Amino acid sequence: MGKFGFKSYRRQMEESLGDKLTEQLKQELSPEMSEEELFTFADFDTENAERGGYSDYSYWGSTLRAFFQNKVAVFFLIVILAMLAFTFIQPYLPGQKDPLTIHNNEWGLPLNNVKPGEQGFILGTNSIGQDLWSRIWAGTRTSLFIGFSVALVEAVVGILVGVLWGYVRKLDFFFTELYNILDNIPQTLLLILISYVLKPGVSTIIFALCLTGWLGMARFIRNQIIIIRDRDYNLASRCLGIPTRRIVFKNLLPYLVSVITMRMALAIPSAIGNEVFVTYIGIGLPLDTPSLGNLINTGRSLMTMASLRYQLFFPVVVLAIITISFYIIGNAFADAADPKNHVK
Amino acid sequence: MAKYIIKRVLRSLLTMFIIITILFCLLRMMPIEGYFENYDKMTETQIQAKLNVLGLNDPLPKQLWNFYKQLLQGDLGTSNVYRVGVSINEIVAEKMPVSLRMGLMSLCISLCLGLPLGILMARSTRSRFQIGDRLGTVFIVIVQALPSAVYHILIQFLGSQSSVGKAIGFKMLFEEGEPITYVLPLISLSIGSIAYYAMWLRRYMVDEANKDYIRLARAKGVPSAKISRSHVFRNAFVPLVQYIPNSILLTLMGSLYVESLYSIPGMGGLLVTAIKRQDNTLVQALVLIYAVLSILGLLLGDILMAIVDPRISFSKKEGSR
Repeated sequence: MGKFGFKSYRRQMEESLGDKLTEQLKQELSPEMSEEELFTFADFDTENAERGGYSDYSYWGSTLRAFFQNKVAVFFLIVILAMLAFTFIQPYLPGQKDPLTIHNNEWGLPLNNVKPGEQGFILGTNSIGQDLWSRIWAGTRTSLFIGFSVALVEAVVGILVGVLWGYVRKLDFFFTELYNILDNIPQTLLLILISYVLKPGVSTIIFALCLTGWLGMARFIRNQIIIIRDRDYNLASRCLGIPTRRIVFKNLLPYLVSVITMRMALAIPSAIGNEVFVTYIGIGLPLDTPSLGNLINTGRSLMTMASLRYQLFFPVVVLAIITISFYIIGNAFADAADPKNHVK
Repeated sequence: MAKYIIKRVLRSLLTMFIIITILFCLLRMMPIEGYFENYDKMTETQIQAKLNVLGLNDPLPKQLWNFYKQLLQGDLGTSNVYRVGVSINEIVAEKMPVSLRMGLMSLCISLCLGLPLGILMARSTRSRFQIGDRLGTVFIVIVQALPSAVYHILIQFLGSQSSVGKAIGFKMLFEEGEPITYVLPLISLSIGSIAYYAMWLRRYMVDEANKDYIRLARAKGVPSAKISRSHVFRNAFVPLVQYIPNSILLTLMGSLYVESLYSIPGMGGLLVTAIKRQDNTLVQALVLIYAVLSILGLLLGDILMAIVDPRISFSKKEGSR
């Protein structure tokens, strides 16, 4: 997987590469040179001797170009960027309602279960009269915040531990044993346990998800670093007395950018999904913190009533869009960031 | 080999010890309401008396020691809220068969559908339009990217509320002894693992198919069906063997989500109920079973893999897999 929609792109690039090669061959063997010229010794030219194998290859340029060739991924990138921007702008738009206010009609009765589009509620209201539209966006904010925080912690801790584990030989045994023990702990279990014991809230969920999330990242980085640690260019850097920090940041980590970004992009949807799960079991976020998990959970209990299904439907659609987008963007970016795919 | 297995077993024991200790200490930090059926109505002296009986006023190391002693005798304690005074062993013995039956059925379904799907996709990568591969990839991306909550709810919703589902007679909740009510939970339980098995089998098979010995077989003129059956599939399946003991053991725990969604009276549903009603001893026992089962599953998986695949060398340093 991860080659989603990519095969055609690769084949196309290979074809254009083939064309270029033939072109070049034709030029080199162009009949402008006479037979005699072709078989004489070339003069020594200082300028030509100095010429290195220079190419205008730029890593990020090629990565972005490869990424933007993937139409599906670009579509989802636009969708997710628009959505992100909107979640932040939404509270400041005119005519938006507070997600927590309970709306009453003129007789003081709550305006509950208002149909979408009626009485100025874009997506209607829920069973106690709160505006569903603003609740969905507030929930998206909470869920995205959880997702991004977990991904960030996973990246920072995972990279730190992975680099130490892979590069410092003395620590290898310690970290390997630690990993072997921690890796056996099921993540669902830890999530349930922490959420059960600590006070429910956003920070509890983030903490529980961060506790084991970095393990996979650390191990992957460690394995990669062991492979490239003693390559000649790193050996050369060490011999020249370049500080370890510089070797790590300039020689080792750039090599791993694609994997790091992919894991981060995939950590976001899984964190959001976990929040939905924990909230469903009843140890997630309290009801006054709107989140996609809360909304879906409330909607689910109204599933049997056909007229109220919109309360389940809208949050599920938003959640599905977010997770699928991150998943596809993550995979496509990882493919694009792999230099093997920069056929040029 | 023996050395490897001993080392692996010792490490699992250590992990189990760490998890159980952490679990025990964490649950002692919980409010004490979780040990009483009707905490609000009790007087302070009654509460203290009960705490003394349960041994909860002892210092923590002593409690831990007693807990381990109790565990080694195979006693998980008694439930204090969910079913007052009933031994947890009894509750578990009653719930486990339900989860096991459901889980084994779904495991069979996911292997029977997931593996052929993976083979089909892998073979289709060699065909011209790769239609099988593309369709399979779309299915896998959707199942992988959607949180499981979403597709479980969608399956329940579409199955029991849409007109087609109603016509077939699917029900929203599970009923013992009515085979038709098994269908929706089984779909929910299997769909994730179908995608999982198909995805990994496809990837391993594609990797395997690019190896030199396969090329040689092709060049020799071995029929491609035979290549994919007896060379590619056989080697590609080895890494997946590792997960099978784990899947079988974890069926004992059931699925938290699906079981409580369809109110199946199994282990997963029990854990959710115990958490919602804050029955501390029950939560402790169930989490403990869950942890032990999954550690045991990983252990068996590693050992099985070592037996199945003769290429795995034991002199190699562990962790550099």
